[in-house]
Amino acid sequence: MNDRKAEYWQRNLRYLGILLSVWFLVSYGFGILLADMLDSIRLGGFKLGFWFAQQGSIYVFVILIFVYVRLMNRLDREFNVHEEESPGPDPAGPHP
Amino acid sequence: MTVQTWTFIMVGLSFVLYIGVAIRSRASSTGEFYVAGGKVPPVVNGMATAADWMSAASFISMAGMISFMGRDGSVYLMGWTGGYVLLALLLAPYLRKSGKYTVPDFIGERYYSQTARFVAVLCAIFVSFTYIAGQMRGVGIVFSRFLDVSINNGVLFGMGIVFFYAVLGGMKGITYTQVAQYCVLIFAYMVPAIFISLLLTDNVLPQLGFGSRLADGSGMYLLDRLDGLSEELGFAAYTAGQKQTVDVFFITLALMAGTAGLPHVIVRFYTVPKVAAARSSAGWALVFIALLYTTAPAVGAFARTNFITTISNAKYDEMPGWFHNWETTGLISYEDHNGDGRVQYTGPESSITNEVIVDRDIMVLANPEIARLPAWVVGLVAAGGLAAALSTAAGLLLVISTSVAHDLFKKGLQPNITERRELIIARVAAGMAVGVAAYFGINPVGFVAQVVAFAFGLAAASFFPAILMGIFSRRMNKEGAIAGMVSGIVFTAAYITWFKLVHPELNSAENWLLGISPEGIGAVGMLINFAIALIVSRVTEEPPWEVQALVEEIRVPRRRDEMPGSPV
Repeated sequence: MNDRKAEYWQRNLRYLGILLSVWFLVSYGFGILLADMLDSIRLGGFKLGFWFAQQGSIYVFVILIFVYVRLMNRLDREFNVHEEESPGPDPAGPHP
Repeated sequence: MTVQTWTFIMVGLSFVLYIGVAIRSRASSTGEFYVAGGKVPPVVNGMATAADWMSAASFISMAGMISFMGRDGSVYLMGWTGGYVLLALLLAPYLRKSGKYTVPDFIGERYYSQTARFVAVLCAIFVSFTYIAGQMRGVGIVFSRFLDVSINNGVLFGMGIVFFYAVLGGMKGITYTQVAQYCVLIFAYMVPAIFISLLLTDNVLPQLGFGSRLADGSGMYLLDRLDGLSEELGFAAYTAGQKQTVDVFFITLALMAGTAGLPHVIVRFYTVPKVAAARSSAGWALVFIALLYTTAPAVGAFARTNFITTISNAKYDEMPGWFHNWETTGLISYEDHNGDGRVQYTGPESSITNEVIVDRDIMVLANPEIARLPAWVVGLVAAGGLAAALSTAAGLLLVISTSVAHDLFKKGLQPNITERRELIIARVAAGMAVGVAAYFGINPVGFVAQVVAFAFGLAAASFFPAILMGIFSRRMNKEGAIAGMVSGIVFTAAYITWFKLVHPELNSAENWLLGISPEGIGAVGMLINFAIALIVSRVTEEPPWEVQALVEEIRVPRRRDEMPGSPV
């Protein structure tokens, strides 16, 4: 494996680490483990822990995926491993 | 016009739409049959994935379960959406790059082993059939309640439709039909939710409505009123959880990993043209799913409030029509224990005997009637429930037929068959799978609900770790992967079988391992899989050079033949 590819992979792993920490925090953290504590705070008619468990975590999940899409599209171009625009799908179907 | 007339119109129109779409998108090659030629744009694929994913369970049962479980229902909301983050970040782009047709295909190639492929095929088929059985119940409920058709004819008719477009169009037909089905089901879900949100809270968005003040002039927040009503009747407060925290944690984890490992969801990401498209497509899928999943808890809270205020302490003779209609299907039952002619609906903490038993599957379907919405809305909801059940059933049938034709025949028994023959086998397999599914719909096995825990548990304990390590660990070899999968499956299956089928009377928190219920045990199975696989792979030979090169190859989006001059 050459260094450029190793570096690309390391950067990818770092993005994954950060994004998955947020993923864990909003669902398992705010929605489950810390929920009772957060419930003392209110957001309109919602207790905050309840809101994270039934609404907030889902919104964050959506945002996380699109952040990852953006980060990786930029990274792919930076390391020049992005896909060509034109050929599109392999007409012969899957390879190898 | 009556509810029944409207239902016939809505369901009829939606079926005409699906058939029209199916005829326009027939498959002519195995590539089109398995993965729609790999040409589906990411947003379209996201929509199809959402319909594929959201089954009768999501559409019909989930809000009902939440309305009876209150806060504990959160496990489904987080579990069935959080899995898409894992899918988008950890699996989908790499699987798309690998360019395989199926999950067993990837596992077979990555672990250079026919045994691994075979274990994966069995799992894929088992998981898919389990899941289909659940869809059939949804189809049966809708037909019997709204269309006055017997469940048998309803199931046969529904399966006929699926047979038509799945066998004819394969993945290509299914994809575009699923897009139409998504539109029908989300419209059918949102319209009554918005109506009821306006009626109860004056707020047009259900997501905000269930955190708003009631519109009845009391100035109380809806959730506070619901907590109060629940406690008055001897139920636990709606926003307080009953389950142990450790159990909630593990159920959520098992559902997330299971979601990311379900073959019929994964296979959708083989249909997009590029790796970058696979990533964004998962994001779009979650957007379309989140629309329903953030509405569902609102629907649950609204339905619960309306249900309690309508029936509690009301005279039985003055009950509205929907109550008696559901009574005739056997999904609501009433017995006047104290003989006062009124309906006492009470929870376990109450001193008054409860007189009503409600099946929670009916809440979404009954909701528009409970809220006295116009008849056409009721018809729309019935069409939406069918769209959800049929779209998922079609996706599952495709997994079964692909597993049989591609993994069992082409890559196993008869590697030399022509593409034409493979396509015929795929169609025959899809046809036979429709037959088996219809059989389960007409003769539902008693333990259908229990075996659904199997589907997620097994996907979490087998596919998810095996694929993940196949991508992220170059060192993972076939010995490790097979040992991991087998121990994960055996542990999970044994635990669920023990508590769900062998000793259901022991199925309570004090007997569970570390307080983890059978629904959450797949997460433990997953951890066992990881641990065994990592240990075994360290003491056995590393995978051959070509396989390690394959791992390197799938980690970057661009194909090797596109790389300008750089040797890999």
